[in-house]
Amino acid sequence: MLSSRSRFLLPFRALGQYTLLLVHAFSALGEFKTYRKNLFDQMVRIGIDSIPIVSMAAAFSGAVMTVQTAYQLVSPFIPKTVIGAVVAPSMILELAVVVTGFILAGRVGARIAAELGTMRVTEQIDALEAMGLNSVSYLVVPRVLAGMVMLPVLYVIAAFVGIVSGILVANLGGFLSTGEFLQGARQFFKPFDPIFGVIKAFVFGFVITSISCYKGYFTQGGAEGVGRSTTQAAVLSCVYILVADLVLAVLLL
Amino acid sequence: MIRVEHLYKSFDDRPVLVDVSLEIRDGETLAIIGRSGSGKSVLMKHLIGLLKPDRGRVLVDGVDINAISYEELRRIRRQFGVLFQSGALFDSMNAFENVAFPLRTFTNLSEEEIRRRVQACLELVQLPDVGPKMPDELSGGMKKRVALARAIALEPRYIIYDEPTTGLDPETANAIDELIRDLNHRLNVTGIMVTHDMHSVLSVADRVAFLYQGRMHWVGTIDELHRSDDPILLAFVKASEYQIGASIPRSA
Ligand SMILES: Nc1ncnc2c1ncn2[C@@H]1O[C@H](COP(=O)(O)OP(=O)(O)OP(=O)(O)O)[C@@H](O)[C@H]1O
Ligand SMILES: [Mg+2]
Repeated sequence: MLSSRSRFLLPFRALGQYTLLLVHAFSALGEFKTYRKNLFDQMVRIGIDSIPIVSMAAAFSGAVMTVQTAYQLVSPFIPKTVIGAVVAPSMILELAVVVTGFILAGRVGARIAAELGTMRVTEQIDALEAMGLNSVSYLVVPRVLAGMVMLPVLYVIAAFVGIVSGILVANLGGFLSTGEFLQGARQFFKPFDPIFGVIKAFVFGFVITSISCYKGYFTQGGAEGVGRSTTQAAVLSCVYILVADLVLAVLLL
Repeated sequence: MIRVEHLYKSFDDRPVLVDVSLEIRDGETLAIIGRSGSGKSVLMKHLIGLLKPDRGRVLVDGVDINAISYEELRRIRRQFGVLFQSGALFDSMNAFENVAFPLRTFTNLSEEEIRRRVQACLELVQLPDVGPKMPDELSGGMKKRVALARAIALEPRYIIYDEPTTGLDPETANAIDELIRDLNHRLNVTGIMVTHDMHSVLSVADRVAFLYQGRMHWVGTIDELHRSDDPILLAFVKASEYQIGASIPRSA
């Protein structure tokens, strides 16, 4: 059993261990040959394979947002273009990237933790190390890099799909025309918005993959431990996405 | 040569290795025996720096492997082939790719040469046809043998075998013993064999190290083992259905 003192120190130990893993990963960046093939695989598995689910979620968010905005702002004194002016920037600034982040936390974060956790408890990571391979370079670096590269791509897709879906619903529901929607969208468009979205996606990609790699890489306690790591990876990724979202908003807006 | 000097290791304040010292000489095959939970696998992981001692040193060819950089440690590890107790096959790769992995990673051999080398290794462990099989399609004993093929693929100087014959039928176990002996004689591999299979010990090992309750209780040659009257050692050996001096049937 842990003494109360070591229980108190536990969060700091975790932070220290996480930081060390990242430092180790950073210093292994130069070993491109070790992770080149894995990087490509992970970009496909994290990025390409997530396109359908991310698009679907973005389409629903865009649609729901349009319907609800139309419902809330129905008044003869408010021009219909306001719907476009609300939906498009929200999508670009917040919704697309947060939806993408949450989906990836569940889909990719859990998978990364389960994969690395299983490799840890079945001694596969030990086997890599025993061969003289840098297991962090081989396993962690490609996953984190792939997350940082692919999240922005997924974000752009999500924002696009979300807005298109909003326009479709606006037309189908008879709320406003495509022209009115786009006019509203342009009215309040700031060029920095999509840049901010990409920055957030980049950071979320790092947050999700690094936390999940950390949880998986240091898994203890057999199959049960893998289950624990998997859950924690998904939950912690979501929590820290929200934290990062707030921090970035405060810093950059 | 590998030297372990006054090694201490605890997990959560529970001592597992206590003042363990051991010397593994070039060209010999040393068997580390002991009961389940006596710390054999923990000791074996210290030899390649997968675990760090709380106190004490591990010297490989005179170099303290816990006092060097990670890069240097990795260079030293490349002289080792390790068969883990669980096999530790990469479950995302089939048997062929598992054996090919160290060759692809650490050599510039052509695909054709790699294919030939992998096939030769799989034949050595008597599994010429399992190449395309995934690890979860293999039996426990087959996994272990594929893992052994992977461990020897690079013809390392040192090979650590963690229970190479556990879970194998007597005939296959004999073949693995034969292989370990052959690697030792033909390639002059230094072998460290963790096992409780006394038949293996007697047919393969030059010397025996007996871990008992975390301490190195007894170290000696096979001859000395035959002549020993240490009660704890004798009890362990007897429990493995082997009688010193008698011919030993391999217990399946
Ligand atoms: N990573 C670890 N964390 C905590 N305890 C551990 C760890 N690894 C091993 N132990 C403990 O150390 C002791 C020795 O384990 P070890 O695996 O070395 O036994 P062994 O001699 O190899 O046994 P077996 O013959 O069953 O393989 C056990 O009590 C085990 O619970
Ligand atoms: Mg063991």
